[in-house]
Amino acid sequence: MKKTILIVDDDMDYLFQMKLKVEQFGFETITAESQKEGEMIIESVKPDLAILDLMMESDDSGFILAYRIKRKYPDVPIIIATAVTAETGMSFDINTDENQQWIKADLFLDKGIRADQLQREINKLLKI
Amino acid sequence: MAKYKVLVVDDEPGIRMGTRRILQNFRVDYPFMDEHIEFEILEAPTGEDAIEIIDREMPDIILLDNKLPGIQGIEVLEYVKKKLYDIVVVMITSYASLELAVKATRDGAYDFIPKPFTPQELRGSLENITKQLFLKRMTQKMNKEGKQIRFQFLSLLSHELKAPLNAIEGYLKIMDEKQFGENIQSYKEMISRSLDRVTGMRSLIMDLLDLTKIESGSPVQNFQPTDLTAVAQISIDTMRPYAIQKDVDVYLNTKESVIMNADSKEIEIIFNNLISNAVKYNKRNGRVDIFIKKGGNTLTITVSDSGIGITDEEKARLFQDFVRIKNQKTKNITGSGLGLSIMKKIVEMYHGDIIVDSIPDQGSTFSIVFPIEN
Repeated sequence: MKKTILIVDDDMDYLFQMKLKVEQFGFETITAESQKEGEMIIESVKPDLAILDLMMESDDSGFILAYRIKRKYPDVPIIIATAVTAETGMSFDINTDENQQWIKADLFLDKGIRADQLQREINKLLKI
Repeated sequence: MAKYKVLVVDDEPGIRMGTRRILQNFRVDYPFMDEHIEFEILEAPTGEDAIEIIDREMPDIILLDNKLPGIQGIEVLEYVKKKLYDIVVVMITSYASLELAVKATRDGAYDFIPKPFTPQELRGSLENITKQLFLKRMTQKMNKEGKQIRFQFLSLLSHELKAPLNAIEGYLKIMDEKQFGENIQSYKEMISRSLDRVTGMRSLIMDLLDLTKIESGSPVQNFQPTDLTAVAQISIDTMRPYAIQKDVDVYLNTKESVIMNADSKEIEIIFNNLISNAVKYNKRNGRVDIFIKKGGNTLTITVSDSGIGITDEEKARLFQDFVRIKNQKTKNITGSGLGLSIMKKIVEMYHGDIIVDSIPDQGSTFSIVFPIEN
């Protein structure tokens, strides 16, 4: 059975392109355009993996949504895709112990990531 | 009230006591300061004691005798400089030779007070030092805050510029790889979205230019009697194609001239922002009403729309840089998120106020109230 990936991003163009890429990798997708919509979806659907934008309704929407997803489905891997890290120097290094305590994401990716890299990361998290 | 710590380093108890007495009830006022500065006196009989107190208490000013029983004053000065402490050091010495003066100054001593000194001399010297120190710290603080704000702004800006670039690049790659086949028609929606993002980016850049003009202090502000009704009309004409496209009617309800002493370019930016928002966040067959009224000591511009409105929560964030109210109703509307913050900066330059009234799904009214002289 095809695995299902939840993609949440408030940039409709990025959402469309990410959906296209992920479907080309051979996954099913569900999309949401806001943290709120994402929260509604996880009420009824358990995705196999989630790719979340960071800044949506608020600057930390991605973190909040990641937290809610992990609370409901602790085993669902979460990728936070952001354009923030690269140019702001605001780095949320997921690998430090301190950050791992509060950031409920498994991986941070830069939004400009190449398709093949993205596929590799998704497969790694899904243990394919 | 601020308190500066003054450390007196002298092996003569009389000098230390005297200094304490002279400075105890002394305060420095400064026309530019909101607060005055008083002094707390610390004493050290030797250079060794001084270094211990410096490390522990971090004084603001040191009055330093050079001739000390153990290590010399000049060595205490070297210690302060080596540690890069932000302390003003003043040498007090009766053996003030030219040679020592040169060396101490080269090592960063700020001033000399020859011993013996009168209370007036000491107070006068302290006053100068205090003012200099206060200004220096103030400047450092403002530079730091300014840099921080600038950094935040640039971070947000690069994020806002990168998002459309990513989107356009993504679409171009899809087209380049012919992912939807050879027929250009299959890419119509992507091309149209790319063009929308280009438009959005252009308006961001235009807004940035406006903002830069305002923030550079506007040395070219050109004040003259300006007919606001005429400026509003120019702005409406600029926005007309957009309004037609959005099926919104714009009415200028004030017909007579309303004159204000202002820079017409800035007033036009205000009208452009108000009217384009009123059109942008409107509904099909909606309307925009503009009023300009002079009364008493104020002049009020009112722009009302029959649009989607905003909640109180959204209202609070409305005037921040790059904030765009994101919800289901606004998701297909593009904008730089700078328009209202630019407008606010201009209105502030005229000491005006912006009042926002809004009912979600019924519309918003933005009123700009300028104080005017009769």
